[in-house]
Amino acid sequence: MNKKWLIHLVLIIGAVVMVTPFLWMVLTSLKSFGEAMQVPITIFPEEWLVKNYLDVFASIDMLRYYFNTLMVTLGRTLGQLILCSLAAFAFARMDFPGKNVIFILVLSVLMVPMQIILIPNYGILTSLGWIDTFYALIVPGMFSAFGVFLLRQFFLGIPKELDEAATIDGCSFFGIYWRIILPNATPGLIALGIFTILAAWNDFLWPLVMTNSEETRMLSVGIAAFQGQYSTDYPLLMAGAVLSTIPMLIMFIILQKHLVSGIALQGVRR
Amino acid sequence: MSDSKVLTKPKKSRRKRKEAIWAYLFIAPVVLGLFLFYLMPALASFGLSFTSWNGINPPEFIGLDNLIRLFQTDSFIRSMVNTLVFTLISVPLAVMLATGIAILLNQKIKGMVVYRTLYFLPVVTMPVAVGMVWKWLYNTDYGLLNYILGLLHLPQPAWLFDPNIALISVIVVYVWMTVGNNIILILAGLQGISETYYEAAEIDGASKLKQLFTITIPLLTPTLFFVFITGMISSLQVFDLIFIMIGDSHVLLEPLRTLVYGVYESGFEYSQMGYASAQAFLLFLMILVITIFQFAFQKKWVHYDG
Repeated sequence: MNKKWLIHLVLIIGAVVMVTPFLWMVLTSLKSFGEAMQVPITIFPEEWLVKNYLDVFASIDMLRYYFNTLMVTLGRTLGQLILCSLAAFAFARMDFPGKNVIFILVLSVLMVPMQIILIPNYGILTSLGWIDTFYALIVPGMFSAFGVFLLRQFFLGIPKELDEAATIDGCSFFGIYWRIILPNATPGLIALGIFTILAAWNDFLWPLVMTNSEETRMLSVGIAAFQGQYSTDYPLLMAGAVLSTIPMLIMFIILQKHLVSGIALQGVRR
Repeated sequence: MSDSKVLTKPKKSRRKRKEAIWAYLFIAPVVLGLFLFYLMPALASFGLSFTSWNGINPPEFIGLDNLIRLFQTDSFIRSMVNTLVFTLISVPLAVMLATGIAILLNQKIKGMVVYRTLYFLPVVTMPVAVGMVWKWLYNTDYGLLNYILGLLHLPQPAWLFDPNIALISVIVVYVWMTVGNNIILILAGLQGISETYYEAAEIDGASKLKQLFTITIPLLTPTLFFVFITGMISSLQVFDLIFIMIGDSHVLLEPLRTLVYGVYESGFEYSQMGYASAQAFLLFLMILVITIFQFAFQKKWVHYDG
């Protein structure tokens, strides 16, 4: 009995450390500039200034950043779910010459860090005329070696009898993929979907390098530029930080069961 | 009998050919995309390391000049040391903390899901926003952290502006950001350990502490190995957090400069793409060497017989 209390005590202290920065972000976002820059500091705002949030929308084109980020996130996620699942199906269920060599090549991409491909890609996207367009933000992000690998592992876990029965019934390869494999792999698809959404929404270095105009600016880059402009107006900056992270926090709280099992799955040896 | 054999053979090979054609169609988009935007650039990056290129004119071959120049540049050496220190402190720290918390969470306590949610929140938060919030918490005069330290009559350091502790301050943020991810991986590893081991240990009269070191930790080592490998690979690539924490401060630049920051600065602020590629290539080598090193040493501590 005693020991349980001790465990809770340690865990609560840890939880306070994890949550305090979020609370401080929200509390600061509701203070006036004068109050934030005051010693001794106040914990709760003297006056709860919701207006700061409106000021963020007035100072930068938040709506456009939201729209751009949403488009990029949707484009990359749908692209990965469709393209990776098709390839994963072929690798898990079909037979073709060169299969193993091609699969190993796909896996080798997993070892390539993002930074190493950044500069040549800048050249490639320049020659395609894609710099500062949504193509640059979306298209390269639609292909993922990790996605192929994750889904292939998932598909391998689906009993083969299911598609053998369908083959005898005269089902085409696409039919097996569409009617047997995909419906049986929803947890894997959801996990990949959440990973991709998170990575796309929070992505920073790629949009920072590949875009430079307001028209294609994503939230992360917009908020970083906002920080450069209003470097000491912390209430405004914190309001911007809240606005840029709130969608992902809400998504996580709703879908956390799937995200947790998706992460746990990666650590499992196969 | 023999007739039907003759008849099915061409049918079978026709089906095989059809299968191969469909398979190629299914894999084509991903394979071409990965080749164009990942594999080819990775190889090109290696080639560009030996060139001088401003991103507009054709690259000019200059041999090993970039590498020689890099190793004669203090800020590059600095970025390499910083990146190594960052990784070698932040990853073990995050893994140790996560292991402790995961073991506590695995004690069938009430509210496990609530704790897990709270610990995981930073993982889903945009790193740019994390950097902004912590920069504010770390503010020397108006930050929450120094306010609390002041109440306790403790010294109030200039967290980010003191070059001796700036890197440590960012490491703390990185650990805060990544510990939740490790907790979930380790928790999954803990839940994979069969109850029968503990039942047998109970019969033998082993204490809980002894069980921790003779059962839990050894059987957890494959998971810890995975967490270490993936954790190090991503911490060697740290950028967003550093970029935001540095801001326009030139005071902060050198103490916090990492390899990826150097790639960004050389490539996209000074348009020295060849020089930047050489740095990216060295980063890749560093990741490769550290990963191979870890695989070579896993025999010494990872137990796969569980």
